[in-house]
This record gives sequence, structure tokens and C-alpha cells, in this order.
Amino acid sequence: MMTTLTTPSPRLRLVIQPTRGWSALNLFDIWVFRDLLQSLAKRDVKLRYRQTALGVSWVIIQPLLAAGIFTFVFGSVAKLSSGSTPYFVFSYCGLLAWNLFSGTLTRSSTCLVQNSQLISKVYFPRLVLPLSTVFSALIDFAVGLGLMIVLMVKYRVAPGMGLILAPVCLLAIILMALGIGLYFAGLSASYRDVQYIVPVLTQLLLYASPIAYRLESVPARFLRIYQLNPLASLFETFRWATIRNGQVHWGFFIYALVCSVVVFIIGVIEFKRMERKFADVI
Amino acid sequence: MSSSDMAITVRGLSKVYKIAHQGAHTTLGEAFMARLRHPFRRSGSSEQFWALRDVDFDVKQGEVIGVIGRNGAGKSTLLKILSRITEPTKGRIELFGRVGSLLEVGTGFHPELTGRENIFLNGSILGMRTREIERQFDAIVDFAGVEQFLDTPVKRYSSGMYVRLAFAVAAHLNPEILVVDEVLSVGDGEFQKKCLGKMKDVATSGRTVLFVSHNMAAVSNLCTSCIVMDAGKLSFQGPTDQGIDRYLSLNAPDKDQQRDMARFRPSWAKEFIIDARMLGPGGREQYNFPMGSDLTIEMSFRCPDNRQLRRPVMGVVINHTTLGVVGGVNMRMTGFELNDGPYASATLSCTLSHLPLLQGRYTVELWLGDGPEDVDCLINFLAFHIEPADVYGSGQTPFGHLGAIYLDPQWRVSSNRFESLPHHRVAMTHGQASALATTSES
Repeated sequence: MMTTLTTPSPRLRLVIQPTRGWSALNLFDIWVFRDLLQSLAKRDVKLRYRQTALGVSWVIIQPLLAAGIFTFVFGSVAKLSSGSTPYFVFSYCGLLAWNLFSGTLTRSSTCLVQNSQLISKVYFPRLVLPLSTVFSALIDFAVGLGLMIVLMVKYRVAPGMGLILAPVCLLAIILMALGIGLYFAGLSASYRDVQYIVPVLTQLLLYASPIAYRLESVPARFLRIYQLNPLASLFETFRWATIRNGQVHWGFFIYALVCSVVVFIIGVIEFKRMERKFADVI
Repeated sequence: MSSSDMAITVRGLSKVYKIAHQGAHTTLGEAFMARLRHPFRRSGSSEQFWALRDVDFDVKQGEVIGVIGRNGAGKSTLLKILSRITEPTKGRIELFGRVGSLLEVGTGFHPELTGRENIFLNGSILGMRTREIERQFDAIVDFAGVEQFLDTPVKRYSSGMYVRLAFAVAAHLNPEILVVDEVLSVGDGEFQKKCLGKMKDVATSGRTVLFVSHNMAAVSNLCTSCIVMDAGKLSFQGPTDQGIDRYLSLNAPDKDQQRDMARFRPSWAKEFIIDARMLGPGGREQYNFPMGSDLTIEMSFRCPDNRQLRRPVMGVVINHTTLGVVGGVNMRMTGFELNDGPYASATLSCTLSHLPLLQGRYTVELWLGDGPEDVDCLINFLAFHIEPADVYGSGQTPFGHLGAIYLDPQWRVSSNRFESLPHHRVAMTHGQASALATTSES
């Protein structure tokens, strides 16, 4: 019996056995399920604003409101400097990148619990779930970007050559958000505490990053420690690239890029490690 | 046997679940504190539970194999491993061909999405490519019969429509190996028939089906062979009839299994029934009866703390193990109502006189209600055997394969033309003018 099994079969052959140690990432499996990735992303986008009176316009209203509040609190009340750019454009630009980060992080870290029914009833590469959340965050970003362009035209803010760095920043922001999100998603299968930790963490990161204020406003003696937060130079560089406000510290920028790749890889590995017991504990 | 006609080979398959006891952590804080206190100890005390232990079997291509066993026998775990939802602890499975598994109808359906959107979403969750779904779209809609409601959110569907649509998507998955769990327990009778028909199509088109069910009629109707699971082990693999017999012998209540009553309760049932048995005409406990015998089903209930039943109602359904339901009755429908309680405990019994059952295996579904309300239920806890008997006094026994009950006919012949009458039994030579003959048609 066992010997004849070695004869090649023309049909697909699948072996199920316990995976040990660092199981193979099995990226091919994700490729096989690429249509599911798309379907889940579509579902999320379609569902987000169902049964809301204002519908899709929330995609625009939310960041505008947030930027408005920032402008009032930090621009008018606290009188934080935004350099030569109007404070509204300044904070909107920061929030645009920030929302991509927090949207991806929040959605990817909660997606397993929200789809626990799927996990216990059907097989598919579990990574598909958190990966699909990136799309809906990207769609929000795209709409926000359109509005950003309108604002830039209105306030006559032009980007420079540095604009080519913007996609690099965004990619790093997504990788960072996904890496953290994957880790928390994996934890959330066993520990529901995650849903309370993530909002606090994002809040903390928001104030630890130069979104409402300029990197220049950080006292010089804290600047080195401050920039250990890789998100700091990613957001700062993004704003420098799009509205030429701020500065690029190349050393810290490259450090941030490396960090985001490392965080992402650790996130994926940890997720795969915890993946084995998802169906049993969720 | 060569590998080319194998569809599934399972070797040494085991799955351990850890049942956490006190000291197990469900919040990060507890886990963290425990780690602080005992940095090197494995967290929590836990007991191992072997849901599956060293299971080996092979399924040939094109075989339709039933998986039967009591609740907790390991069927669901086996299915979950086969469909890659969870990993085995030990062992190895090889699957030759694309696997489609259907553990629940409508997994991933979203109530807010329309029928059309759900077809695509559910299809891709089940592993279909978008192109495939497009190709099958009309067939799916047709099978489910929901054309008019394609653009209505499924939350507005009736539960029947919902289930039909969900099954339709899964039925068009077209895998080489189909793994199905109890999906037929939902939907109306008409639709169940349609589903069974579809599964038969799948089976006859040379694909392999692994079918888990408690419905012995469906298993014997569909499956060419079966596997009986018991306490995580494979207890039998072979022809369906023998497997079903094996399953029922596992089910036969004996003193040991009285404690296991819980296994026969559906999830909604509350533990009221404490004993159930069957009695023969003499009042002695027995589980083998000749055809036409009187048969008594007795059950005792005791209410848990602080509970009482105002109007206990006993209900009985008799199932033929392969043909399905034979009949059922409860006190209320026959006008037998108890005085207003409260009753804390009682023994109720139901005697069925001259039960016209044919030879074979039967199971009993016992129901206890409070008025019209469901209280407790034991499915297949009692099982009994009917032995052939000469019920017509003709020296012959009724044919066992003609359904589940035997008929009690009054034959009558009125004719003057004796030539046309069956020649045996009717004594033509005596020239009787009329013949009233009791014949056993043969």
C-alpha cells in the first residue's frame, strides 16, 4: 500500500498532517484563494455603510471632521505651528496617512473574531482574512486622497520631487499596521482582551507620532528618543513628500523602513504559529 | 489495490483536545500573572481528551461512505480534520482530488448582502473561483428557486429560501471529494429529497462522498459502505447494513449506558428524563419483540431543583433504521390530558397494542413536554428489534423488505367465473358458488 503511493497520481494530491515548528508559509495557498481575498474585501466595502443615511459620504466626512477638530484644538486653541502650510491641510495630510495605518491595524486585528464562524466551519488560508482588510482601508485612503488633491489645489500647495517617496511611506505604513494587526489577530483567537488593547494602543501611537504637530516642534533633547518610534519618520516623510512640510532624517527613515519589514515578517510568522489552534479555541 | 483508485487514505489519525480546568486563562492578564508566578511551568492544569485515536481507513474513488456514530464519537472532529479546519495531533491523511466540504449550510452568508452577492461570496469561501461561480450561476439560482429575490438582502428571505440558496451554492461546488455533515437535517421534506437527489448525482458521477449523518434512512439510501465511530476509534468499516447494525448495537441501552443519556439529547433538551425502557406484554424489560406483539415504552422523569411540570406530556416516535419515521403519537393528540400538576416526578408509559411492524431494527424518539412546550427529548436512546412471526397464521411470515409495517387485509372474491380465479386455495373442484378465500398473495 505505502509503496504504491509513490507512483505519481495525475490528480491533485493533498497531504494533511501535523505541522511542526515554523510551518511553511504556503503562499501558494493564498494565490489559490485570491478570489476569496477579493470577495471578502468587496463584502467589507459593501457592508460598511449599509443602513447608514449618509452612505459612502462617510468616507469623506470622517477625515474632514477629524481634521476640523484637530484644526480647532491644536491649531486655534493650542496654537501649534504648522509651518507655511495652513493648519487644516497640514493636519488633513497627516490624518490621511494615519487613517490608513489605524484602519488597517484595527480591521486586521479584529477580523478573526468577527469571522469566527467562518474559521470554525470552512478551510481557507487564514491569512486571507487580515490581508483582505487592507483593501477596504486602501479604498478609504483613495477617497481621502482625492479630497487631499482638491485641498492642495484650493490652498495652492504643490508637491515636489519628493513625491516619489510617498508610495514607499505608504507601503511601509501598511506593512507596519499589518504586522502589528496580524500579531494581535492571532492573540485575539484566545484572548478577547485584544479588542480593548488595540484602541488604546492606536490612541497612544497617534499622539506619539507627528500628526497633529510638526516633528520640529518636538524638543531637540527628546528628538532622538522620539524618532525611535518608526512611525514618526514614516508620517513625517509622507508629509514632506506630499505637501513639502517637514524634514527627512534619512537615517531614521531607513531605520523605519527596516522596522516595518521586520514587524511585518514577525507578524506573519507569529500569525502562522498561532493559526494552528484558531479553529479549536476561537 | 493501487493508489490511483484511492480517494482518501487515513493512517494513525489522532486528535487531542486539552480540556482546561481551573487555572486556565481566558484573559491575557490571568495568563500573564500565572507566567509571572510560575515562569517555567506550563500554564494551567488540563486534561487530555482524545477526540480521535489511531484511526485508519481508506476510501476508494467513487465510493459513497457514511460516517455514523453517537454524539461525541469523533465524527465531527474527523470531518474538521479532513476539511483542514483543524490540524491532527498525529497521523496522516492523503486526499487525491479537490476536496469540497460542507459542514454547515450557509457558512459565510451575510444577512445584509443580496442573494446574488451571497452566491459569489459563499462560493469563493467554499473555494470556488469567480469564473466557476459565474458559469454555474444560473444552475445555482435555478436549483434554489429564488430568481425573483436575487437582489433582495437575504435577511428578508424565509428560512426555507435561505437554506435552499445556501445548499444550492454548495451543491455546485463540484469537488472530486465531497465531505458533508448533517446538512440534510435542515429544510423541508421536499427540499431534503432534492438535496439527497443532488448528492446521489454527485455519487453516481464517480466522485467520492463522505457523508456524516444520524439519519440512518439517508445513510442506507445513499451510501455504499460506512464507517462506525465509537469513542474516537474506528469501530467498523464495511457494508452499510452491517454498519448500521453495529451502530445500533452500540446504541442498545444497557446498564452502562444509562449514565450516557446525555449523548442522546438534542442541544435544546433539559435533563428531566432519568430512565427509559421498553417492556413486553408480561411487563418484563425487553428489546426483542415478535411481530404483532404489544410493546410498552416507559419513561420516568424527575424535575431538577425548583422546577415542576404543570402538564407532563409524553410523546413517542418510532423510526425504522433505514426507512425513516414509521409513526408518532403523543398524549395530547389522543386527548389524554393529565390534571393540572404540578408534578415533580412521575413515570409515564405508552403501550402500543398489536404493533404491525415488520422485522427489523427500530429506534424510539422519546419526548417529554409541558403542555405544548418542549422539555426533554432522547433521540435513538431506545432501540428494539422485531422478529419475524407468522402473524397471518398461514405458516408464512410477511416479506421483510416491503416497508416497515405489515398490512392486515380482508380479501374478498365475488365472481361466478371460477376459471379466472387463482387456482390454488380456491377449491374449484367442489364447485362452490361463491368463494370467500383468504389468500396470501405470492
